Amino acid sequence: MPHESQLPVALAPENTTKPEPEDVWEHVAAMDEFKLLLIAKSEFVIPAVITFVVYYFLLPISVGYFPQLMDKRVGPVNLAYLFALSQFFVAWTIAALYVRGARKFDNFGTRIMDHLDKREAERLKGGN
Amino acid sequence: MSLTLGLFLAFIVVTLGITYWAAQRSKGAGAYFAAGRRITAWQNGVAVAGDYMSAASFLGIAGLIAFFGYDGFMYSVGWLVAYLTVLLVVAEPLRNAGKYTMADVLAYRLSPRPVRAMASISTLTVSTFYMIAQMVGAGALVTLLLKDSGIHFSTAVIGVGLLMIVYVVFGGMLATTWVQIIKAILLMSGTILLSILVLAHFGFSFGAFFDAVSHVSTGVDPKTGQSIIKDFLQPGLRYKPPYGALDLISLGMALILGTAGLPHILVRFYTVPDAKTARYSVVWAMVLIGSFYIMTTFLGFGAATIVGQSYIKTHGGTNMSAPLLAQALAGNVFFAFISAIAFATILAVVAGLTISASTSFAHDLWTNVIHRGVERKAGEEVRVARITAFVVGGVAMAIAIALGPTANVAFLVALAFAVAASANLPVIVLSIYWKRFNTTGAVLGLGFGLVGSILLILIGPSIMGIDGPGATVHHLIQRAPIFPLENPGILSIPIGFAGAVLGTLLSGREASAEHKFTELQVRANTGLGAEKATAH
Repeated sequence: MPHESQLPVALAPENTTKPEPEDVWEHVAAMDEFKLLLIAKSEFVIPAVITFVVYYFLLPISVGYFPQLMDKRVGPVNLAYLFALSQFFVAWTIAALYVRGARKFDNFGTRIMDHLDKREAERLKGGN
Repeated sequence: MSLTLGLFLAFIVVTLGITYWAAQRSKGAGAYFAAGRRITAWQNGVAVAGDYMSAASFLGIAGLIAFFGYDGFMYSVGWLVAYLTVLLVVAEPLRNAGKYTMADVLAYRLSPRPVRAMASISTLTVSTFYMIAQMVGAGALVTLLLKDSGIHFSTAVIGVGLLMIVYVVFGGMLATTWVQIIKAILLMSGTILLSILVLAHFGFSFGAFFDAVSHVSTGVDPKTGQSIIKDFLQPGLRYKPPYGALDLISLGMALILGTAGLPHILVRFYTVPDAKTARYSVVWAMVLIGSFYIMTTFLGFGAATIVGQSYIKTHGGTNMSAPLLAQALAGNVFFAFISAIAFATILAVVAGLTISASTSFAHDLWTNVIHRGVERKAGEEVRVARITAFVVGGVAMAIAIALGPTANVAFLVALAFAVAASANLPVIVLSIYWKRFNTTGAVLGLGFGLVGSILLILIGPSIMGIDGPGATVHHLIQRAPIFPLENPGILSIPIGFAGAVLGTLLSGREASAEHKFTELQVRANTGLGAEKATAH
């Protein structure tokens, strides 16, 4: 079954009547691109948030409850300092991965905006 | 000391020049409150870093690490990781859905008047407490640095207060942003220079540096007469049993959730043209903030090993660790330079806080709550914000002078983060991501979070405690603390979330809020209908 967004814009059911400005929100919310955008975002953001929250709280938990273990020497420093330092690099890595992944979200966004521009152009033509 | 004074004056002259330039360009509300939304990603990233790296970071963290070693470094870690919450959860939806303040996002689909009133009270509380802490710090710093010139604590506080009022009243967000950028660049250069000098002191050997850090003399044992040697890499010098571990976890919660609820950080994302720029600006900020906090290792441990605790204690106390380190490494010129940077840091942060507080008062309380969203005369909102900046600045000056230079200000910053994490963050997140969320939930969430975190601090060890003989920190209430943790987050954040969730579930469904959720979701995720940058 062809999706609404793949139909020629003039055939989309909304365009049989002149749309009120408000119904643009419902229209976008029903688009496949938008649904895919939300899925793509949550597929990245939810695991990313869980990862950084778990990794971060492991630090106060381990230094708070196992100070002897964390004071174990590693080279010139100890485990506790290395773990704390690693938090910076993990945070930067997650941020870099997000920026890379977000290009995909931007593409969905651009397609939605292009579709709306076309829809608006059709509507104006129909109105004249 | 005249050199320090000269550097202070140079910074003041440059920033006043920027304010004059910005005043010529700031016409209209969008320009005044959001710098016309024309700030670029790197500029905003540097400005976010500037807003964030306050006196508490530069002077406070260096001091905490110099005195408590590893436990002080835990703050540094939390302050960077917090930006993942900003990046992944808050920045982009906020930019797309709001206009000038944090409350815009809440008011988008909830009943605007109660929500804005509560959010504004919370914003003013966070900003004022944060600001008082900065001003007490500024006053103490200026008095100490210029002690030969006879400048009093209250004169110094009034001077700082007046300058920040000038930046905000005349230059608006554009001037504030550029003051932040200059300050952040100065702060980063100073920190890099100090770190290199610390490493040079140890012959650029990390081994020698960390070896010294593992054997820090913390004073002389009065019984044996021998000096006490401590390993500063060892956790637990500050957060001791039985509650130390819980306090660390609680601190971590307030840091990583509080940052994304700090009004003066959130408003920065309205100064950029779109959500994508907001995202890149967070990344810029993370690079700067992360590098800075990693270097606090050299600042703090350097002060502990090279300057020594006993010297710091008798020459201005913990907060002077970084400037004293500069003096020990490269003499008075560098001392003056680092002190001037600390002064610039405080001034810039205070200006950032003032503009977010006055924007919230003018936009949320005045226009939208009192006058139901109608601006009666053109330019009224900007005028009200300017007057508010005077009032907010005046109140902060008065309280800072009343508290005096020896006030324990750490709890004010802890309070600001706790309120931001417990009151602001739950309602921001739930209004963006939970369809069923309603007005009652938002009001109760803000109220519970605000009252809960303030109460827990009042009955905690920052305020309550029995001063031992010769104690340097004086407690306001001489009784054993009822709540054992310094950081209330572990309890107050769940209280804030519980208020928001229970308030929603126990009150009826709000059809308009659920209907508008679709609109908010589309707008937050696509930027459709978001506020545009203004032309020149």
